[in-house]
Amino acid sequence: MAEHLAAYRALLGAQARSQAAYRTSFVVDLVGNVGATVFDVVTVLVLFGVTRELGGFTLRETLVIVGLSSFAFATADLLVGNIERLPRYVRTGLFDAVLVRPLAALPQLLLMDLPLRKVSRAVFGLAVLVVAVGSAGIDWTPARAALVVVAPLAGVVFFGAVFVTTATVSFYWIDSGELANSVTYGGRDFTSYPVTVYGGWFRTLFAYGMGFAFVSYHPALALLGRADPLGLPAWVGWAAPGVAVLAAAVAGLAWRVGIRHYRSTGS
Amino acid sequence: MRGLRKEFTVRVKAGRLRREKRTVTAVDGIDLRVERGEMVGYIGPNGAGKSTTLKMLTGVLMPSAGEARVCGLRPVAERTRLALRLGVVFGQRSQLWWDLPLRDSFDLLRHVYRVPAGEHAARLARCRGLLDLDEFLDIPVRQLSLGQRMRGELTAALLHGPEVLFLDEPTIGLDVVSKQAVRGFLAELGRAGDTTLVLTTHDLADIERLCQRLVVIDHGRVVHDGSIAALHSRYGSRRMVVAELDAALSVPPVLPGAPLVRAEADGHRLVFALESAGVAEVVAGLAGLAALRDISIVEPDIEEVVARLYRAPAEVGG
Repeated sequence: MAEHLAAYRALLGAQARSQAAYRTSFVVDLVGNVGATVFDVVTVLVLFGVTRELGGFTLRETLVIVGLSSFAFATADLLVGNIERLPRYVRTGLFDAVLVRPLAALPQLLLMDLPLRKVSRAVFGLAVLVVAVGSAGIDWTPARAALVVVAPLAGVVFFGAVFVTTATVSFYWIDSGELANSVTYGGRDFTSYPVTVYGGWFRTLFAYGMGFAFVSYHPALALLGRADPLGLPAWVGWAAPGVAVLAAAVAGLAWRVGIRHYRSTGS
Repeated sequence: MRGLRKEFTVRVKAGRLRREKRTVTAVDGIDLRVERGEMVGYIGPNGAGKSTTLKMLTGVLMPSAGEARVCGLRPVAERTRLALRLGVVFGQRSQLWWDLPLRDSFDLLRHVYRVPAGEHAARLARCRGLLDLDEFLDIPVRQLSLGQRMRGELTAALLHGPEVLFLDEPTIGLDVVSKQAVRGFLAELGRAGDTTLVLTTHDLADIERLCQRLVVIDHGRVVHDGSIAALHSRYGSRRMVVAELDAALSVPPVLPGAPLVRAEADGHRLVFALESAGVAEVVAGLAGLAALRDISIVEPDIEEVVARLYRAPAEVGG
């Protein structure tokens, strides 16, 4: 395993050097990429310009949710997000090239196309999270201190699993990109607000059917010491790591089944 | 395992590849066994199933039926273990890092295949010499010509000392000089005798130069498996001796083992087919009958034979 790590490290280094070959565009992308995440935060601030509460949550409380969501999504997008380019990898033959090497396919693809320019977004997401948590007046206990570290990481794993799972659909249906986007980006937007602002089947589907409520909403409740207005017990706020592990397991399975169905493009 | 009998087997019985909601049988029940150190040319028209076969043997595609063993391993189930012992060059795919100098790709592959630095350096030095890599080793791959890139791909496939080398169209699109370089290199590799080589191509000169054994497939089935000579004798294509005479003979000459095929230019040019007789016997026989002005030998046109094979696969059978 250690020798595999050396191989993966080499792939990462190669990707960094490849991107350094286009230095100017790299810097432009680095700056430009923060934009989208800043926009998410600004949207919330604007909303609170016209209302004092959103779904029963104050601005400071909502910002904890936004921080968790932004950090988790941006980091997962940095590490795993490019797997949505799977159809392109198949078309260009990168996927075949990766399959004839003595390493697992998924880590190779992720490292060979790691979008380092998205680092800026993840850093911005982290900054939002730190500021939000710092100003939310949290009553710190050892358990909450642990949760504030674990929950964002669980969120990263969860979004990573969503990226991988939705990308595997393209093994069966090559034009599945739009559907995949509606789940991943829809999920990101969903996790930026308290789930109480949504209603009906839509909330049930995204929050608990797919598990997006465990990325930011429930961990935020646990951190803030608030009871769930929707009536779920308090322990649900601590379930995020378990949900993330489950999601990762589903993603791993989906990937393995997908790769078996892969038929290649022929040449 | 070392010390055991070193022999490797390929047995593919596969079929039914689904594409675009139609069931297309790309490879339809192929049985092959390739011994260690053999050089096999694997040819067939477009869509015959050549690439598909190679993809199944490298673990990229899973056979729908049948089984394959390469180096005694199951390609899909034991893909990563097998990959350490295989070299693969897909002519239209790249194993190289586009934006990095060629040298960096080689170094990366050393890590990917976990090759000891000494072995890696030795193999690279050999490839550099045989393939003239030095002049473009520091140029990013995206700026290389196709011929240069292909030489890089070949090197990349060999740096971990594979037991089996699969080449899918290694000379496609190359200029004459690059083709010669690639062929010469592969011939050298074949002479060393410890690398098994399976090559698909559209350029039959590759096969004539490199392979003792030729497997022709069409519509996913093997239509010929044997030497090039066997292919010629089976389909009646033979080497010809063309003799230019000072004066036409009154009686057509009869030479044992080399029937007269035709007479041209009012009998001044005679064409004999070499069956059992050699060139020397024909020349000697003719010299006794007439004054010879010129002798030339015409190699059989393998393209012609193969084209005929493609057109009528049903008649021949494996």
